[in-house]
Amino acid sequence: MKTFALTRATDSAQAIATAAKAKTAQQGAEIRFIGGGTTLIDLMKLNVEQPQTLVDINRLPLDKIEALPDGGLTIGAVARNSDLAYHPLVRKNYAVLSEAILSGASAQLRNMATTGGNLLQRTRCMYFRATDMPCNKREPGTGCAAINGANRTLAILGTSEHCIATNPSDMNVAMAALEATIHVRGTKGERSIPIADFHVLPGNTPHRETVLEPGDLITHVTLPPPAPGSRSLYLKLRDRASYEFALASAAVVVTVANGKVTRARIALGGVGTKPWRSTEAEGELTGQAATEAAFRKAAEAALRGAKPQSENGFKVELAKRCLVHALKLATQNA
Amino acid sequence: MSDQDANDERVQEGNPLEFGRSTRRTFLSRLGTAGLLATAGPVTTAFGQLSVKEQAPSSNSKDTIPVTLRVNGKKHDLRIDPRTTLLDCLREHLHLTGSKKGCDHGQCGACTVHINGRRVNSCLCFAAMHEGEEITTLEGIGQPENLHPVQAAFVACDAYQCGYCTSGQIMSAVALLKEPCGPEDGDVKELMSGNICRCGAYPNIVAAIQSVRQNAKPTR
Repeated sequence: MKTFALTRATDSAQAIATAAKAKTAQQGAEIRFIGGGTTLIDLMKLNVEQPQTLVDINRLPLDKIEALPDGGLTIGAVARNSDLAYHPLVRKNYAVLSEAILSGASAQLRNMATTGGNLLQRTRCMYFRATDMPCNKREPGTGCAAINGANRTLAILGTSEHCIATNPSDMNVAMAALEATIHVRGTKGERSIPIADFHVLPGNTPHRETVLEPGDLITHVTLPPPAPGSRSLYLKLRDRASYEFALASAAVVVTVANGKVTRARIALGGVGTKPWRSTEAEGELTGQAATEAAFRKAAEAALRGAKPQSENGFKVELAKRCLVHALKLATQNA
Repeated sequence: MSDQDANDERVQEGNPLEFGRSTRRTFLSRLGTAGLLATAGPVTTAFGQLSVKEQAPSSNSKDTIPVTLRVNGKKHDLRIDPRTTLLDCLREHLHLTGSKKGCDHGQCGACTVHINGRRVNSCLCFAAMHEGEEITTLEGIGQPENLHPVQAAFVACDAYQCGYCTSGQIMSAVALLKEPCGPEDGDVKELMSGNICRCGAYPNIVAAIQSVRQNAKPTR
């Protein structure tokens, strides 16, 4: 691990001013905020990340999880994953979020990982993590060893000829289905970014994963009030029963009235280069009777653009079945 | 496990092959330190004169920062390299070797300790970020003559083979007792999935934890 200077931020403005001196907020940033450290310290040990300065933001007053006047929820950037997953309001109004978080990592990691950090969780693509291998995300221009390499766990949606790395987060998938808003404070003030616009597709700049600029500090995330009468659920399929990343997962928020789906929000995990909201599936499902045939049509729509790699063709059908089953479970007895 | 560590020391004390008063652990530590020194420059040939404490890694003051840690209720003023993980700090600087290094990447759980009562992977914490927090290691939850109920249950249920993961398993289990966890074995397995046991002692680990949760006498 390369050595670094460790500073503790006492207020957001100071943290932002420090981080704004970096050339990038993306891969290889020389100044990094550190929260739980569960991704960053791991990557620093692998020399995939080599920041010269770490700004510890854990003591900033950004850990609150509170109801909003409109019935929504605000979640501080350093609120721990375990606190978020077990929060009574999350369990009651946003079951999909609680289930997604609890399906990820381990109890120890969830006690450490923060909301903001999870939004910025890095891919588990083995070529990204191995500095002796080509990787356009880690070192732009070196190529992608995963294409035609060991790509069984990698993405089938949103890929490019430069990168097929999967976004590994479960929380992000639930946040996408819940239409979360990411609140960022930077050198030019505050801005709110819908989660759909927060992560970017790899294209020909896979080292760029989000719209964040140097100095941008995620302060909190807000969730809209739960849709009346909606039920939500997270279903995760993986190689092991626990403590494993998704091969395919589905976050669904659906409202059924008189046997018909009146509203649907659908996002997939484990298959996309970013948390994969499927407005195609939502459009296909809305207004239809809540039947398996309709769920299957929605799943076909969600995976229509899938581009399987040499070893992960199975993910296309797996993701479809995952979504169908999630919708069945979420609409049972509705 | 602390009692197992104590056993290591006792076994070694009577070993005629040891160097002076070295235990296996201090012997290995010295070997490691000597190796470091050999590559770093000055080579000390008087093997027995090396003090592990004085030769802690990265003691060059240019690269170190002052850190005060509270571990098992005791305050420690240290100078450490900012790269020092909490795990390495506990083991190499404070000589609390109950916490084990397995994968060193937060994947195996052998390094599990408590920070402010919550379990974390100490290999993924920089020690300097945890000033002012209450750090608890295996040494802080029980002693051979006064075992924590979870430790006693692990012994009673034979919840280990080689013992390397046991410290982390016990620290996780102690924390689990205060977490929202359903009553079934499956609930325990899920919340213990961050602690890997390559010997496969899982059934007995679950039995040990359940015996404490049910406040019942372990059945085997």
